[in-house]
Amino acid sequence: MNRPTFLGMPATAPPGVGHLRGDESFPAAARRSLADPQLRRNLRHATTTIRAKSAGVIAESPDWEQLRAAGAAIKADTLNRLPELLEQLEAKVIEAGGVVHWAADAVQANQIVTDLVRAAGADRVIKVKSMATQEIGLNEALHAAGVTAVETDLAELIVQLGDDRPSHILVPAIHRNRAEIREIFLREMPGVDPALTADPSALAAAARRYLRETFLSTPVAVSGANFAVAETGTLAVVESEGNGRMCLTLPRTLITLMGVEKVVPTWRDLEVFLQLLPRASTGERMNPYTSMWTGVTPGDGPQAFHLVLLDNGRGAVLADEVGRQALRCIRCSACLNVCPVYERAGGHAYGSVYPGPIGAVLSPQLTGVDDNASLPYASTLCGACYDACPVQINIPEVLVHLRAEAVDARRRPTAESIAMAAAAYTMDHPRLYEAAQRASRLSRVAGRRGRGLPPPLNGWTASRDLPDPPTETFREWWAAR
Amino acid sequence: MVGRAVSARDLVLGRLRAALAGGAHTPVEVPRDYRHEGTLDLDQLVERLTDYRAHVHRVAEAAVADTIADILPAGGTVVVPPGLPPAWLPPTVTALSDDGLDNARIGAADAVVTGAAVAVAETGTVVLDGSPDQGRRVLSLLPDRHVCVLRADQVVATVPEALARLTPQRPLTWISGPSATSDIELIRVEGVHGPRKLHVILVP
Repeated sequence: MNRPTFLGMPATAPPGVGHLRGDESFPAAARRSLADPQLRRNLRHATTTIRAKSAGVIAESPDWEQLRAAGAAIKADTLNRLPELLEQLEAKVIEAGGVVHWAADAVQANQIVTDLVRAAGADRVIKVKSMATQEIGLNEALHAAGVTAVETDLAELIVQLGDDRPSHILVPAIHRNRAEIREIFLREMPGVDPALTADPSALAAAARRYLRETFLSTPVAVSGANFAVAETGTLAVVESEGNGRMCLTLPRTLITLMGVEKVVPTWRDLEVFLQLLPRASTGERMNPYTSMWTGVTPGDGPQAFHLVLLDNGRGAVLADEVGRQALRCIRCSACLNVCPVYERAGGHAYGSVYPGPIGAVLSPQLTGVDDNASLPYASTLCGACYDACPVQINIPEVLVHLRAEAVDARRRPTAESIAMAAAAYTMDHPRLYEAAQRASRLSRVAGRRGRGLPPPLNGWTASRDLPDPPTETFREWWAAR
Repeated sequence: MVGRAVSARDLVLGRLRAALAGGAHTPVEVPRDYRHEGTLDLDQLVERLTDYRAHVHRVAEAAVADTIADILPAGGTVVVPPGLPPAWLPPTVTALSDDGLDNARIGAADAVVTGAAVAVAETGTVVLDGSPDQGRRVLSLLPDRHVCVLRADQVVATVPEALARLTPQRPLTWISGPSATSDIELIRVEGVHGPRKLHVILVP
């Protein structure tokens, strides 16, 4: 539900701008992707690869669970003190020679960035991959103002040249295989070698040649931020290819747009997140490049630095005591890679720029659950996302909470709303949840396969077999491994 | 508030304060029982750098110049930060000391040679902080080959130890192997926009 906008009331992200809402419901969009066998093959291959890599480097960290607990607590502490930490960050950035702007929503943020680009006299900007700028539809806003935004991350470039939409937080072109990427480059990349092969290193080299001159000649860059340290005013961008370093180093003007929840209290907090993020995200001990900068360094890098702090519905998420944990997200995409629904439906089915389990809890909260009412259902509640999350976001708990809210919004108590309210309570209380899971295993003995569930739950089993509950619950298996 | 223009800053901060106003917040205690220090193992650093396709050379400091001569083609051009020890450079290469070199000259060089601020053994990471032997960030970005000379006493075991040694106000670049991407089918490919070759010369 959209709340009225006046001072002091958290507001959801406005409609009509940005990419938080899909054109159709999740089931309708998913039906189409499920019918695309190539897409499913690409996704299965990619998520299987990354799961194995990530598991390998996480197993190398003997203190992984302690790091997760620390990461979750740092973010929870941050959210509790968000206003004062943002004020501290602002003061530190200004002290170091930067300029700080505040944007209540996507419209304001797009206007601020457009005005800054115009003031710098530029008609082209280079961009580092940034979820926040996609969320607000910055490229479209710049285009409308006559400014070309060049995506420099390889996957984003593939998406942009293919006139496509991103489908994964970390690897936006995960739905494309090498042959499809080669075709896009041959068709859309100016000056490309017609003899280009589908070898990934040849495709990467083509992007290097294509973008090098653009990096050197573009006076303004736009980036997101992975972290911003309130204590010091330091910004951090984590990346692999060096396109981030190019954008953060070469232009005269750097504009960084970040959601307000990206702030962390202290410099020391980075010691936790720099261990959690690469292992959970790309499955590396450390990503190839991380850049950190504080305001402006005379004689080194951009001599004008603007930081834009974005709300766009985050205040509304913060106002929900159950749902606010979604703001801990560090955009690693581990939850996508372990999700059985994502692996089959793909990222486009979620409509929003935030796909997968985290998208299913974040997007409806940013927009108000009415505008993304099908997303809380885009999950089997298997809990794999919770176990994979490096900052311990209990995604199943928030999903169930939002389902109850979506049902409440329809204002009639149904068997479902009552069941979801009970499930929400149960999932809030881990012991009850485990007991309920064990009880469902008992039904393995009590029930006979093939008869389905009793009314009113037979709507589900009318078209499906009710699977036998497993002999061991996921949580039991996880605890025992 | 009616009739008065409200700044976006006041609006955002006001909304966030209102969002938090409902509940009583007990301060969150951050558990920091993860590992802070580890046992330093230079072999681990070498193994992990090599695992991410960096080339590692372990030599005495007196042999740095000879090592660089082996890495770089004779007659090649190297960009160097102004504070780089001259003894590290072999006579076989032409050194361009950075006195404000333009990007075209930096990018056309065969290599850059820098020192380092800190290295992390467990993650195979070298950190540059813009000190005089490391120079501006652009120096280690545009040339296709980066040769980084690292002293053993600059190496720590863990990420927390590295952060404790660094000064946040300096421009910092954390480097773990050469530029790479996994954007095509999640297969790691070395060499996109940054240097495609990383050589680390580790001296005692």
